[in-house]
Amino acid sequence: MSMDPWTLVAIIGMAVATYACRGGGYWLFRQTNPTPLMRSVLGFIPGTLFVSYVAPALVTGGWQPVAGAAATLAIMIATGSLLGAVLGGTAAAWLVYALQ
Amino acid sequence: MGEVVFTRAGLRRGARECLPMMVASIPFGVVTGISAHGAGLSFAETMFMSITVFAGSAQLLALSAWTHPPSVLAASLAAFVVNLRLALMGPVLAPWLDRLRGWRVWLPLFVMTDQNWALSVRNMNAGGKDAAFLLGSGLTLVCMWISASALGHVVGTMLQPPPGHPVFFAALAVFVALLVGMWRGKRDLLPWAIAAVVAAIAARMFPGGSWHIILGALAGSLVGGLREHRANAPA
Repeated sequence: MSMDPWTLVAIIGMAVATYACRGGGYWLFRQTNPTPLMRSVLGFIPGTLFVSYVAPALVTGGWQPVAGAAATLAIMIATGSLLGAVLGGTAAAWLVYALQ
Repeated sequence: MGEVVFTRAGLRRGARECLPMMVASIPFGVVTGISAHGAGLSFAETMFMSITVFAGSAQLLALSAWTHPPSVLAASLAAFVVNLRLALMGPVLAPWLDRLRGWRVWLPLFVMTDQNWALSVRNMNAGGKDAAFLLGSGLTLVCMWISASALGHVVGTMLQPPPGHPVFFAALAVFVALLVGMWRGKRDLLPWAIAAVVAAIAARMFPGGSWHIILGALAGSLVGGLREHRANAPA
Protein backbone atom coordinates (compact mmCIF):
# COMPACT_ATOMS: atom_id res chain seq x y z
CA MET A 1 0.00 0.00 0.00
CA SER A 2 2.75 2.45 -0.88
CA MET A 3 1.90 5.98 -1.92
CA ASP A 4 4.64 8.08 -3.45
CA PRO A 5 4.14 11.77 -2.62
CA TRP A 6 4.90 13.05 -6.14
CA THR A 7 2.61 10.45 -7.66
CA LEU A 8 -0.14 11.68 -5.34
CA VAL A 9 0.50 15.29 -6.38
CA ALA A 10 0.33 14.31 -10.07
CA ILE A 11 -2.94 12.43 -9.51
CA ILE A 12 -4.40 15.38 -7.61
CA GLY A 13 -3.34 17.62 -10.51
CA MET A 14 -5.21 15.35 -12.90
CA ALA A 15 -8.26 15.32 -10.63
CA VAL A 16 -8.32 19.12 -10.39
CA ALA A 17 -7.89 19.51 -14.18
CA THR A 18 -10.70 17.02 -14.77
CA TYR A 19 -13.12 18.69 -12.37
CA ALA A 20 -12.25 22.07 -13.86
CA CYS A 21 -13.75 20.66 -17.08
CA ARG A 22 -16.68 18.79 -15.50
CA GLY A 23 -17.81 21.58 -13.21
CA GLY A 24 -16.15 24.56 -14.93
CA GLY A 25 -18.10 24.38 -18.19
CA TYR A 26 -21.40 24.61 -16.39
CA TRP A 27 -20.06 27.13 -13.85
CA LEU A 28 -19.15 29.50 -16.69
CA PHE A 29 -22.53 28.95 -18.30
CA ARG A 30 -24.29 29.72 -15.00
CA GLN A 31 -22.54 33.12 -14.84
CA THR A 32 -23.93 34.14 -18.22
CA ASN A 33 -27.39 34.96 -19.40
CA PRO A 34 -27.76 32.50 -22.26
CA THR A 35 -29.24 33.93 -25.45
CA PRO A 36 -31.77 31.98 -27.54
CA LEU A 37 -28.96 31.32 -30.03
CA MET A 38 -26.82 29.71 -27.30
CA ARG A 39 -29.74 27.50 -26.25
CA SER A 40 -30.29 26.50 -29.83
CA VAL A 41 -26.60 25.58 -30.24
CA LEU A 42 -26.65 23.57 -26.99
CA GLY A 43 -29.56 21.52 -28.32
CA PHE A 44 -27.28 20.23 -31.05
CA ILE A 45 -24.37 19.33 -28.73
CA PRO A 46 -25.41 15.80 -27.67
CA GLY A 47 -25.80 14.40 -31.18
CA THR A 48 -22.82 16.14 -32.76
CA LEU A 49 -20.57 15.28 -29.81
CA PHE A 50 -21.31 11.57 -30.07
CA VAL A 51 -21.01 11.67 -33.87
CA SER A 52 -17.56 13.19 -33.32
CA TYR A 53 -16.58 10.26 -31.12
CA VAL A 54 -17.76 7.63 -33.51
CA ALA A 55 -16.86 9.02 -36.96
CA PRO A 56 -13.02 8.92 -36.68
CA ALA A 57 -13.13 5.36 -35.30
CA LEU A 58 -15.27 4.23 -38.22
CA VAL A 59 -13.09 5.98 -40.79
CA THR A 60 -9.79 4.57 -39.53
CA GLY A 61 -10.80 1.27 -37.87
CA GLY A 62 -11.49 -0.92 -40.91
CA TRP A 63 -14.36 -3.38 -41.25
CA GLN A 64 -14.50 -4.44 -37.62
CA PRO A 65 -16.01 -1.22 -36.16
CA VAL A 66 -18.08 -0.61 -39.31
CA ALA A 67 -19.77 -4.01 -39.06
CA GLY A 68 -20.16 -3.59 -35.31
CA ALA A 69 -21.68 -0.12 -35.67
CA ALA A 70 -24.09 -1.30 -38.39
CA ALA A 71 -25.29 -4.18 -36.19
CA THR A 72 -25.57 -1.90 -33.15
CA LEU A 73 -27.68 0.62 -35.11
CA ALA A 74 -29.94 -2.06 -36.60
CA ILE A 75 -30.62 -3.72 -33.22
CA MET A 76 -31.14 -0.40 -31.45
CA ILE A 77 -33.65 0.83 -34.06
CA ALA A 78 -35.45 -2.52 -34.17
CA THR A 79 -35.64 -3.28 -30.44
CA GLY A 80 -34.72 -0.10 -28.53
CA SER A 81 -32.68 -2.26 -26.15
CA LEU A 82 -29.38 -0.59 -25.28
CA LEU A 83 -27.86 -3.73 -23.76
CA GLY A 84 -29.01 -5.87 -26.70
CA ALA A 85 -27.58 -3.38 -29.19
CA VAL A 86 -24.22 -3.15 -27.41
CA LEU A 87 -23.86 -6.93 -27.02
CA GLY A 88 -25.06 -7.65 -30.58
CA GLY A 89 -22.82 -4.98 -32.06
CA THR A 90 -19.80 -6.26 -30.14
CA ALA A 91 -20.59 -9.80 -31.29
CA ALA A 92 -20.67 -8.60 -34.92
CA ALA A 93 -17.31 -6.83 -34.49
CA TRP A 94 -15.95 -10.01 -32.89
CA LEU A 95 -17.17 -12.10 -35.81
CA VAL A 96 -15.29 -9.88 -38.29
CA TYR A 97 -12.22 -10.06 -36.03
CA ALA A 98 -12.40 -13.86 -35.93
CA LEU A 99 -12.81 -14.14 -39.70
CA GLN A 100 -9.84 -11.90 -40.48
CA MET B 1 -39.22 22.93 -17.63
CA GLY B 2 -41.30 23.58 -14.49
CA GLU B 3 -40.42 22.01 -11.17
CA VAL B 4 -37.20 20.02 -10.88
CA VAL B 5 -36.86 17.53 -8.02
CA PHE B 6 -33.96 15.55 -6.54
CA THR B 7 -35.14 12.30 -4.97
CA ARG B 8 -33.99 8.81 -4.00
CA ALA B 9 -36.31 7.40 -6.64
CA GLY B 10 -34.46 9.42 -9.31
CA LEU B 11 -31.13 8.24 -7.90
CA ARG B 12 -32.25 4.60 -8.15
CA ARG B 13 -33.70 5.07 -11.61
CA GLY B 14 -30.43 6.54 -12.87
CA ALA B 15 -28.47 3.66 -11.36
CA ARG B 16 -30.79 1.08 -12.93
CA GLU B 17 -30.80 2.60 -16.41
CA CYS B 18 -27.02 2.87 -16.37
CA LEU B 19 -26.42 -0.88 -15.91
CA PRO B 20 -25.89 -1.63 -19.63
CA MET B 21 -23.29 1.17 -19.78
CA MET B 22 -21.61 -0.32 -16.77
CA VAL B 23 -21.25 -3.71 -18.43
CA ALA B 24 -19.95 -2.19 -21.66
CA SER B 25 -17.29 -0.12 -19.87
CA ILE B 26 -15.74 -2.98 -17.85
CA PRO B 27 -13.06 -3.86 -20.47
CA PHE B 28 -11.99 -0.22 -20.57
CA GLY B 29 -11.64 -0.13 -16.77
CA VAL B 30 -9.65 -3.37 -16.71
CA VAL B 31 -7.26 -2.02 -19.34
CA THR B 32 -6.80 1.17 -17.31
CA GLY B 33 -5.84 -0.94 -14.28
CA ILE B 34 -3.41 -2.94 -16.40
CA SER B 35 -1.81 0.28 -17.71
CA ALA B 36 -1.46 1.64 -14.18
CA HIS B 37 0.28 -1.57 -13.15
CA GLY B 38 2.52 -1.33 -16.21
CA ALA B 39 3.36 2.31 -15.44
CA GLY B 40 4.55 1.25 -11.98
CA LEU B 41 1.70 2.65 -9.88
CA SER B 42 0.92 0.79 -6.65
CA PHE B 43 -2.56 -0.62 -6.04
CA ALA B 44 -3.37 2.22 -3.64
CA GLU B 45 -2.19 4.85 -6.12
CA THR B 46 -4.27 3.24 -8.88
CA MET B 47 -7.38 3.28 -6.68
CA PHE B 48 -6.72 6.89 -5.71
CA MET B 49 -6.51 7.85 -9.38
CA SER B 50 -9.65 5.97 -10.42
CA ILE B 51 -11.68 7.52 -7.59
CA THR B 52 -10.51 11.12 -7.90
CA VAL B 53 -10.02 11.40 -11.66
CA PHE B 54 -12.64 8.89 -12.90
CA ALA B 55 -11.98 9.51 -16.59
CA GLY B 56 -10.82 6.58 -18.69
CA SER B 57 -9.24 8.20 -21.74
CA ALA B 58 -7.44 10.79 -19.61
CA GLN B 59 -6.04 8.14 -17.27
CA LEU B 60 -4.87 6.00 -20.19
CA LEU B 61 -3.19 8.94 -21.92
CA ALA B 62 -1.41 10.11 -18.77
CA LEU B 63 -0.34 6.56 -17.84
CA SER B 64 1.07 5.92 -21.31
CA ALA B 65 3.68 8.63 -20.66
CA TRP B 66 4.13 8.14 -16.88
CA THR B 67 7.60 8.77 -15.45
CA HIS B 68 9.19 8.31 -12.00
CA PRO B 69 8.97 10.84 -10.48
CA PRO B 70 5.93 11.83 -12.53
CA SER B 71 5.61 15.14 -14.34
CA VAL B 72 2.76 16.87 -12.53
CA LEU B 73 2.32 19.31 -15.39
CA ALA B 74 2.23 16.66 -18.13
CA ALA B 75 -0.26 14.48 -16.27
CA SER B 76 -2.55 17.42 -15.43
CA LEU B 77 -2.36 18.78 -18.96
CA ALA B 78 -3.21 15.37 -20.45
CA ALA B 79 -6.26 15.17 -18.19
CA PHE B 80 -7.34 18.69 -19.12
CA VAL B 81 -6.98 18.22 -22.88
CA VAL B 82 -8.82 14.91 -22.94
CA ASN B 83 -11.58 16.06 -20.61
CA LEU B 84 -12.24 19.45 -22.15
CA ARG B 85 -15.22 17.87 -23.91
CA LEU B 86 -16.87 17.51 -20.48
CA ALA B 87 -17.01 21.33 -20.32
CA LEU B 88 -19.41 21.27 -23.26
CA MET B 89 -21.64 18.69 -21.59
CA GLY B 90 -22.51 20.42 -18.32
CA PRO B 91 -24.38 23.39 -19.89
CA VAL B 92 -26.65 21.01 -21.83
CA LEU B 93 -28.08 19.89 -18.47
CA ALA B 94 -28.79 23.51 -17.46
CA PRO B 95 -32.59 23.00 -17.42
CA TRP B 96 -32.01 20.67 -14.45
CA LEU B 97 -28.94 22.22 -12.82
CA ASP B 98 -30.17 25.83 -12.99
CA ARG B 99 -32.96 24.97 -10.57
CA LEU B 100 -30.69 23.36 -7.97
CA ARG B 101 -28.15 24.68 -5.49
CA GLY B 102 -25.07 23.55 -3.59
CA TRP B 103 -23.98 19.90 -3.61
CA ARG B 104 -26.96 18.88 -5.75
CA VAL B 105 -25.28 20.78 -8.59
CA TRP B 106 -21.58 20.20 -7.94
CA LEU B 107 -21.50 16.58 -6.72
CA PRO B 108 -23.42 15.10 -9.70
CA LEU B 109 -21.08 17.03 -12.02
CA PHE B 110 -18.14 15.27 -10.34
CA VAL B 111 -19.48 11.90 -11.55
CA MET B 112 -20.66 13.17 -14.94
CA THR B 113 -19.12 11.25 -17.80
CA ASP B 114 -20.08 10.56 -21.41
CA GLN B 115 -22.42 7.65 -20.82
CA ASN B 116 -24.46 8.89 -17.88
CA TRP B 117 -24.58 12.40 -19.31
CA ALA B 118 -26.16 11.02 -22.50
CA LEU B 119 -28.72 9.02 -20.51
CA SER B 120 -29.49 12.07 -18.39
CA VAL B 121 -29.99 14.30 -21.44
CA ARG B 122 -32.32 11.67 -22.89
CA ASN B 123 -34.27 11.47 -19.65
CA MET B 124 -34.46 15.26 -19.33
CA ASN B 125 -35.56 15.78 -22.95
CA ALA B 126 -38.27 13.13 -22.47
CA GLY B 127 -39.71 15.30 -19.69
CA GLY B 128 -37.83 13.80 -16.73
CA LYS B 129 -37.92 16.14 -13.73
CA ASP B 130 -35.68 14.24 -11.30
CA ALA B 131 -32.13 15.60 -11.49
CA ALA B 132 -30.82 12.92 -9.09
CA PHE B 133 -30.78 10.69 -12.19
CA LEU B 134 -27.35 12.12 -13.11
CA LEU B 135 -25.88 11.31 -9.69
CA GLY B 136 -27.39 7.81 -9.54
CA SER B 137 -26.17 6.84 -12.98
CA GLY B 138 -22.75 8.37 -12.29
CA LEU B 139 -22.29 6.53 -8.99
CA THR B 140 -23.03 3.23 -10.75
CA LEU B 141 -20.24 3.97 -13.20
CA VAL B 142 -17.84 5.02 -10.42
CA CYS B 143 -18.39 1.67 -8.64
CA MET B 144 -17.76 -0.21 -11.88
CA TRP B 145 -14.71 1.94 -12.64
CA ILE B 146 -13.08 1.30 -9.26
CA SER B 147 -13.76 -2.46 -9.39
CA ALA B 148 -12.64 -2.90 -13.00
CA SER B 149 -9.42 -0.92 -12.59
CA ALA B 150 -8.69 -2.83 -9.35
CA LEU B 151 -9.15 -6.11 -11.23
CA GLY B 152 -6.89 -4.87 -14.03
CA HIS B 153 -4.16 -3.90 -11.57
CA VAL B 154 -4.32 -7.24 -9.74
CA VAL B 155 -4.36 -9.51 -12.77
CA GLY B 156 -1.81 -7.24 -14.43
CA THR B 157 -0.70 -8.48 -17.79
CA MET B 158 -2.23 -11.94 -17.38
CA LEU B 159 -5.29 -11.18 -19.48
CA GLN B 160 -4.27 -8.18 -21.49
CA PRO B 161 -6.24 -8.14 -24.76
CA PRO B 162 -4.23 -6.79 -27.72
CA PRO B 163 -5.13 -3.31 -29.06
CA GLY B 164 -7.88 -3.58 -31.65
CA HIS B 165 -9.48 -6.51 -29.84
CA PRO B 166 -13.28 -6.45 -30.24
CA VAL B 167 -13.94 -6.21 -26.47
CA PHE B 168 -12.95 -2.55 -26.84
CA PHE B 169 -15.66 -2.07 -29.43
CA ALA B 170 -18.28 -2.31 -26.65
CA ALA B 171 -17.42 1.22 -25.51
CA LEU B 172 -17.91 2.56 -29.04
CA ALA B 173 -21.12 0.54 -29.45
CA VAL B 174 -22.60 2.43 -26.50
CA PHE B 175 -22.06 5.72 -28.30
CA VAL B 176 -23.48 4.38 -31.58
CA ALA B 177 -26.59 3.03 -29.83
CA LEU B 178 -27.14 6.30 -27.94
CA LEU B 179 -27.09 8.24 -31.21
CA VAL B 180 -30.39 6.57 -32.18
CA GLY B 181 -32.22 8.37 -29.39
CA MET B 182 -30.45 11.66 -30.10
CA TRP B 183 -31.69 11.87 -33.66
CA ARG B 184 -34.39 14.55 -33.74
CA GLY B 185 -35.18 14.36 -37.45
CA LYS B 186 -34.04 16.00 -40.66
CA ARG B 187 -32.77 19.17 -38.98
CA ASP B 188 -29.96 17.07 -37.43
CA LEU B 189 -28.70 15.77 -40.76
CA LEU B 190 -26.45 18.68 -41.80
CA PRO B 191 -25.01 19.33 -38.28
CA TRP B 192 -24.22 15.64 -37.84
CA ALA B 193 -22.58 15.40 -41.26
CA ILE B 194 -20.45 18.47 -40.52
CA ALA B 195 -19.49 17.05 -37.11
CA ALA B 196 -18.46 13.74 -38.69
CA VAL B 197 -16.27 15.35 -41.35
CA VAL B 198 -14.65 17.89 -39.01
CA ALA B 199 -14.01 15.21 -36.34
CA ALA B 200 -12.47 12.79 -38.83
CA ILE B 201 -10.12 15.48 -40.18
CA ALA B 202 -9.27 16.83 -36.72
CA ALA B 203 -8.52 13.32 -35.41
CA ARG B 204 -5.89 13.01 -38.10
CA MET B 205 -4.43 16.49 -37.55
CA PHE B 206 -4.46 16.58 -33.72
CA PRO B 207 -4.14 13.01 -32.40
CA GLY B 208 -3.95 12.27 -28.66
CA GLY B 209 -6.54 14.33 -26.87
CA SER B 210 -10.15 15.15 -27.45
CA TRP B 211 -9.73 18.00 -29.91
CA HIS B 212 -11.57 16.12 -32.62
CA ILE B 213 -14.59 15.70 -30.33
CA ILE B 214 -14.62 19.37 -29.33
CA LEU B 215 -14.07 20.70 -32.87
CA GLY B 216 -16.60 18.33 -34.45
CA ALA B 217 -19.27 19.05 -31.84
CA LEU B 218 -18.74 22.82 -31.96
CA ALA B 219 -18.73 23.00 -35.78
CA GLY B 220 -21.88 20.90 -36.15
CA SER B 221 -23.73 22.59 -33.29
CA LEU B 222 -22.90 26.11 -34.44
CA VAL B 223 -24.19 25.41 -37.94
CA GLY B 224 -27.34 23.75 -36.57
CA GLY B 225 -27.93 26.49 -34.00
CA LEU B 226 -27.35 29.36 -36.41
CA ARG B 227 -29.62 27.83 -39.03
CA GLU B 228 -32.41 27.22 -36.53
CA HIS B 229 -31.97 30.66 -35.01
CA ARG B 230 -32.24 32.35 -38.41
CA ALA B 231 -35.35 30.32 -39.28
CA ASN B 232 -37.01 31.35 -35.99
CA ALA B 233 -36.01 35.01 -36.15
CA PRO B 234 -38.78 37.46 -36.98
CA ALA B 235 -38.39 38.65 -40.58
